[in-house]
Amino acid sequence: MVAFYGKDFSSRLLIGTALYPSPAIMQQAIRASGAEIVTVSLRRETAGGRAGSAFWSLISELGVTVLPNTAGCRSVREAVKTAALARELFGTTWIKLEVIGDDETLQPDAVGLVEAAQILIKDGFEVFPYCTEDLTVAQRLCDAGCRVIMPWAAPIGSARGIVNRDALKLLRARLPEVTLVVDAGLGTPSHAAEAMELGYDAVLLNTAIAKAGDPPEMAKAFRLAVEAGRIAYQAGLMGARDFASPSTPVVGTPFWHAVS
Amino acid sequence: MRVTVNGRRTEIAATRLDRLLAELDHEGTHVAIALNDLVVPRAQWAATELNSGDCIEIITPRQGG
Repeated sequence: MVAFYGKDFSSRLLIGTALYPSPAIMQQAIRASGAEIVTVSLRRETAGGRAGSAFWSLISELGVTVLPNTAGCRSVREAVKTAALARELFGTTWIKLEVIGDDETLQPDAVGLVEAAQILIKDGFEVFPYCTEDLTVAQRLCDAGCRVIMPWAAPIGSARGIVNRDALKLLRARLPEVTLVVDAGLGTPSHAAEAMELGYDAVLLNTAIAKAGDPPEMAKAFRLAVEAGRIAYQAGLMGARDFASPSTPVVGTPFWHAVS
Repeated sequence: MRVTVNGRRTEIAATRLDRLLAELDHEGTHVAIALNDLVVPRAQWAATELNSGDCIEIITPRQGG
């Protein structure tokens, strides 16, 4: 089990709801992933529009917990206002906090993120901040009251996997009590397994499943990879070394010293 | 009167928030509303008066990552 702000979940895979080929495939993929938490966003509705309500019906049918995001926000003010609307719209104090600092990389604005987190936590929100792997930013977020920290593996949608492995390991070592989620940049199930092997509590991804040739099958592959990675972490991984160490016993090797 | 709805200047007849939703054909849909940057809870829509120049955001769930 993994806990997010006091709520227990058995799945350690959180998935997004965007970019699927169809609403039906989105539902199939979410079910196949075993995810119990899905991310959603909020946008303006056109007059007479029904797209939002139709999408909401599909999500409600799944019986999952929703984690609304502030995607697209580029300032503290925008993010705080969007979070307030999300709380009203989805009836949850959970918010995946995104304050984007750079349009090309979608890199989080560390300063704005910490400021927005402070404001939202004082207002009763439970914040899931999307951040970089920077240790001191993560520590400031914890100081603000975040109990979940979500560093990127690589830029959103890039599929590059874990770019800065050492920094992610350091975060885990320095923040042992915090629920850590690798969010963004994972492209393959093996990337997700690697994050879990590092001791991360969960992973969050969207594009790698939604843009796969067969999203429900890829969702299943990620589910299994996350489970495998978690079990491996708990089982205790051996350390790496530079030279060979024979696995087969040397003593009693046939013909040993037979040639002189 | 003229107000701004979702960033677009609009001429409306409604003088209260719940009537505006009906006028814009949003009744029965899953939306949240901000009036001049402040969220108006659903329970207060019928009691919320609109004024000329108001900025109204009508927001709905969407796909997200």
